[in-house]
Amino acid sequence: MKAYDLLELAGRNLRESVLRNSLTTLGIAVGVASLVAMLALGVGLQALAGRHLEKAGLFDTVIVTSRRDFRSYEHEDEKDAASADKSRLLDEAARQEIEHLPNVLEAYPDIRFITELQYQSKPHMTMVAGMPFSAKDNDAFEGMAGHFFSSDAAPEVILQKSFAEELMGKAPKRGRADDEISISQLQPLLGKQLVMRYAERVNEPASDAPAAAARPEVAPAEGGSYSVVSHQLPLTIVGIADLDPESMRGSARARVFLPLKLAQDLHVMQPADLRDTMRAFSSTPVYLSLTVRVSGPKQVQSVQAAIKKAGFNTFSILDANRGLQRFFAVLDLFLGIFGSLALAVASLGIVNTLVMAILERRREIGIMKAIGGSDSDVKRLFFAEAGAMGALGGLFGVALGWGIGRLINFGANLWLKRQDLPPEQIWSVPWWLIAGAIVFALLVSLISGLYPASRAAKLDPVQALRYE
Amino acid sequence: MSSDSSASSSSNSNAVRTVNVCRHYRMGESLIRALDGVSTEIRAGEFVALLGASGSGKSSLLNLIAGLDRPTSGSVVVHGKDLAALSSQELAKYRLRAVGMVFQSFNLIPSMTVLENVELPMRFAEVDRGQRSGLAERSLARLGLGARLRHRPSELSGGEQQRVALARAMVNQPQLLLADEPTGNLDSRTGTEILNLIQELNRTLGMTVVMVTHERALAERYAQRMVFLADGKLASPLDPSA
Repeated sequence: MKAYDLLELAGRNLRESVLRNSLTTLGIAVGVASLVAMLALGVGLQALAGRHLEKAGLFDTVIVTSRRDFRSYEHEDEKDAASADKSRLLDEAARQEIEHLPNVLEAYPDIRFITELQYQSKPHMTMVAGMPFSAKDNDAFEGMAGHFFSSDAAPEVILQKSFAEELMGKAPKRGRADDEISISQLQPLLGKQLVMRYAERVNEPASDAPAAAARPEVAPAEGGSYSVVSHQLPLTIVGIADLDPESMRGSARARVFLPLKLAQDLHVMQPADLRDTMRAFSSTPVYLSLTVRVSGPKQVQSVQAAIKKAGFNTFSILDANRGLQRFFAVLDLFLGIFGSLALAVASLGIVNTLVMAILERRREIGIMKAIGGSDSDVKRLFFAEAGAMGALGGLFGVALGWGIGRLINFGANLWLKRQDLPPEQIWSVPWWLIAGAIVFALLVSLISGLYPASRAAKLDPVQALRYE
Repeated sequence: MSSDSSASSSSNSNAVRTVNVCRHYRMGESLIRALDGVSTEIRAGEFVALLGASGSGKSSLLNLIAGLDRPTSGSVVVHGKDLAALSSQELAKYRLRAVGMVFQSFNLIPSMTVLENVELPMRFAEVDRGQRSGLAERSLARLGLGARLRHRPSELSGGEQQRVALARAMVNQPQLLLADEPTGNLDSRTGTEILNLIQELNRTLGMTVVMVTHERALAERYAQRMVFLADGKLASPLDPSA
């Protein structure tokens, strides 16, 4: 029988017992809907997490460390690069080399140190980091109170919100969203003075004159000892960042930011310097780590590979994102399994409906065979009926699942609104999910049709026609 | 039309030949010998009546000739083809092309219109959609049902239903028409009408007709030859059970 005739006959048979077949189809639709709703939620949550990572503005950033210094990031990937002893120092030459790699916008040294800042004569210890002037356009400074540094060497600071709260003596209580201090409450800090105490590293022989800001880049003498000189530097608070620009760095993240050039020129004693006392000095500055800005998130991987090849360790948010993707793959799997359960139950409905149809249409099957229908014609007819129910159920189910998802989204946003949080799209139905769900429903239906179809095909026409 | 029809065009050749054919059923403990060594020959173009009491095996023989059933032993040869050697797919094709069947209870599909019922064998034969309804309409018109195309079988009288069944049996132009008590559900006047139609097909198209009946009078009036069966065996015409 031709495919068109097959479908036409199948459609006619389905219309004959319209109530039963609609209920069966509805069963499939509910199964598909639950599958779609579950997976749409999984996909939506994943997209949501991705958007938040992107907002942190670090998707185009690679952190480079020397293998000599740190072996912590990405152990598994170290095999493909030079071993630790062959690894190079992350010095100025290396920085320039990295900066000249394709797709690299800039590579700046990461300067961070823990130090004491005095505000209204009260000391506060925290991590301080240099922030390049190019970070001005970073999404992380969106919603900042005040303004960005006026120049790359201005004696100014931007505070992370939590440090600002600490200065104001307003540490928020955990877990109470409505207690959260808004950025506007921290406005009075702007323009106030902070005094930073820091230890300058002075290479020997050097002038005894204490170094101040804007000192030119010094070439340290060969041979290698240095002295440490203590300083104080008054700084003006110009901005308070609402978001955390350094969320990627975990416990090493800074809460106070200085203009990078200023931080560099202070020659503050850095943790790695202590280790240098046991090694020979290089004549140019050696950096603990570099922050490399890449032209786009898509180039991060190739830049990472190039830097690794040059003999350094790298870390990017993409590495963290890979872990996140793995988590969501597992989540999707579980959501998919739960969603499929309903479809599995619906497939039993198809088997039941078709077996009933065989009993009812016994005589009809006998007639078809008597007038020349082959076993495979009968089999394919039942298959077509199962497939038609599956396809219709799939289509209807996708629509239903879409509706359920919209409802969940609506409900969730209502809740978010009541919590004074911005609305989020926690649910998303990509095209592949729609197509996949329909194909899956069709497949499940055809598999359900296997047994009834072969049973119908095996029916003995003599017996079937005798049956009154 | 099937290719083997040319081989049987001569009136001397056999359309159907059965050789010592047996059909045994197992019903619980007991063995039922529906057919028990029947050897007979039916010439092409012949109108043969199979007569016998109920349970004599006449319907079993017809089902074997129709390729709906397979013999337990012996062989059924139709147009030179041993049906036992055919696969079930080939047997279906044989039923589709070489045989037309009508039944006592008409066996029309109730959910289909008259036209669709007649078109059904052509769907199996994969006749083009365009040609199909034309052929079916012509076939129905010839049997006087031109005005009933869109009706369902339940809206027709018994005689009309049997005529639809006849149209359906003829639509793929088979060489062999098998009729299983075609008048059994009809009053005598419509029964006669149907048999006149069958006789006409036999005469004008040279179609071989095998008709199962238990009405000897009808058989004598229409059939060229009568074959008697009793207890699954060929019997003499004088047998009181026939």
